[in-house]
Amino acid sequence: MCLAVPGRVLEIEERDGTRMATVDFGGVVKEVCLEYLPDLRVGEYAIVHVGFALQRLDEQEALRTLALFADLGMLQEEFGDPWEAAANANGYPWHGDADGELAREARQ
Amino acid sequence: MKYLEEFQDPELARRLLDDIHATVTRPWALMEVCGGQTHTIIRHGIDQLLPEQVELIHGPGCPVCVTPLEMIDKALEIASRPGVIFCSFGDMLRVPGTGRDLFTVRGEGGDVRVVYSPLDALRIAQQHPDKEVVFFGIGFETTAPPNAMTVYQARKLGIRNFSLLVSHVRVPPAIEAVMRSPSCRVQAFLAAGHVCSVMGVGEYPELAERHRVPIVVTGFEPLDILEGVRRTVRQLERGEHTVENAYARAVRPEGNQAARAMLADVFEVTDRSWRGIGVIPESGWRLSDRYRDYDAEHRFSVTGIKTLEPAACRSGEVLQGLLKPHQCEAFGTTCTPRSPLGATMVSSEGACAAYYLYRRLDVAPARLEASPVG
Ligand code: SF4
Repeated sequence: MCLAVPGRVLEIEERDGTRMATVDFGGVVKEVCLEYLPDLRVGEYAIVHVGFALQRLDEQEALRTLALFADLGMLQEEFGDPWEAAANANGYPWHGDADGELAREARQ
Repeated sequence: MKYLEEFQDPELARRLLDDIHATVTRPWALMEVCGGQTHTIIRHGIDQLLPEQVELIHGPGCPVCVTPLEMIDKALEIASRPGVIFCSFGDMLRVPGTGRDLFTVRGEGGDVRVVYSPLDALRIAQQHPDKEVVFFGIGFETTAPPNAMTVYQARKLGIRNFSLLVSHVRVPPAIEAVMRSPSCRVQAFLAAGHVCSVMGVGEYPELAERHRVPIVVTGFEPLDILEGVRRTVRQLERGEHTVENAYARAVRPEGNQAARAMLADVFEVTDRSWRGIGVIPESGWRLSDRYRDYDAEHRFSVTGIKTLEPAACRSGEVLQGLLKPHQCEAFGTTCTPRSPLGATMVSSEGACAAYYLYRRLDVAPARLEASPVG
């Protein structure tokens, strides 16, 4: 949760009077709030933390960081299923079904 | 130097290391403030690549680890109440409170949900107007602005069934507390890059001057850490103590002004207790009076909680850099990531978890034992 991950803006729209973007993090796509970086444009990269773009980053830099994070398994840590991780850590079997639904619903 | 090939640019890493080796003439103790940096250092064995004289002390920069036990217990209590949907980042699920954690509360029937962003929690509140939706707002200056924006949005949209359980912490007062501790051995700081992305570097010159301590704003990739160490050591050897920005690609001197303005609107500075450390003056934020209606502590009176830390856990000393994780007797025996006694063993940014995960005991016990403990 502490790390911020670079992502590329795919699309921008206003929602409830708030500037929101669809952002691609090396394959994982998430909704991101642009209120703190309102002049960010489609195609540009930014450092995103818990769903908020916080600082612009140049493309080369962003791609390098993303590749490193993917290598280190940090993207999985950031975007994977935390319930599954918690269940595994506790040594409980994990079936994904109902529990997975709940987690997915919450993350959508 | 068996780790060096793992670096993204081994050649550059080599050059930075050579420079550090050539510069250092005396022992120095540096503190990396951010838990993400600790993780990188242990994972890549950076502390072992550095000259013997350069010691890295792990700082208190893991928000999951420093969230006070009382706040975790309040979260557990609120999450157990009927009619409540309790939302949190995934990292908090297994942080031990007194006797249980959020994962168990959910097993007991509590509606605990993991969100990626605080705005997801606000959306859940919109979808479930009949429920009270509470978001666990933890984190440093990087996480506080998103949470501030969420409360601002809730008020703007007139969403009444949403509240924040606030436990935000600030880095500069923590640096101050480390420097003031009588057992402090830290001579320089690698400041947390992403915190500075938001706050800029304006809070540091005065700290550096007053304590005559170099502060180098540092990123968290392996090469960033080496560059941060290189600049810090250079200053120390020259007897300088200034603020440098070694992470300019993500840190502007003024930070993110929109985020800072929102922080100033929604939060106000308050004294905050840090798990294992105690109260640090002005080291946290709480909701300002105008947003009091959105304060979960106010909405759900959660008082009279009796907290109990496991006596064996020494994470307070670990967080202050006074003890290396493996020097705790419980490390790897009664305390493991599967059954953690302290938060520093749970969080992926926690120092105990980093040591456990990367098996540093097997790597170089002699070197680890050799580090003096304050
Ligand atoms: S090893 Fe476990 S018990 Fe020891 S300080 Fe770390 S978290 Fe606490």
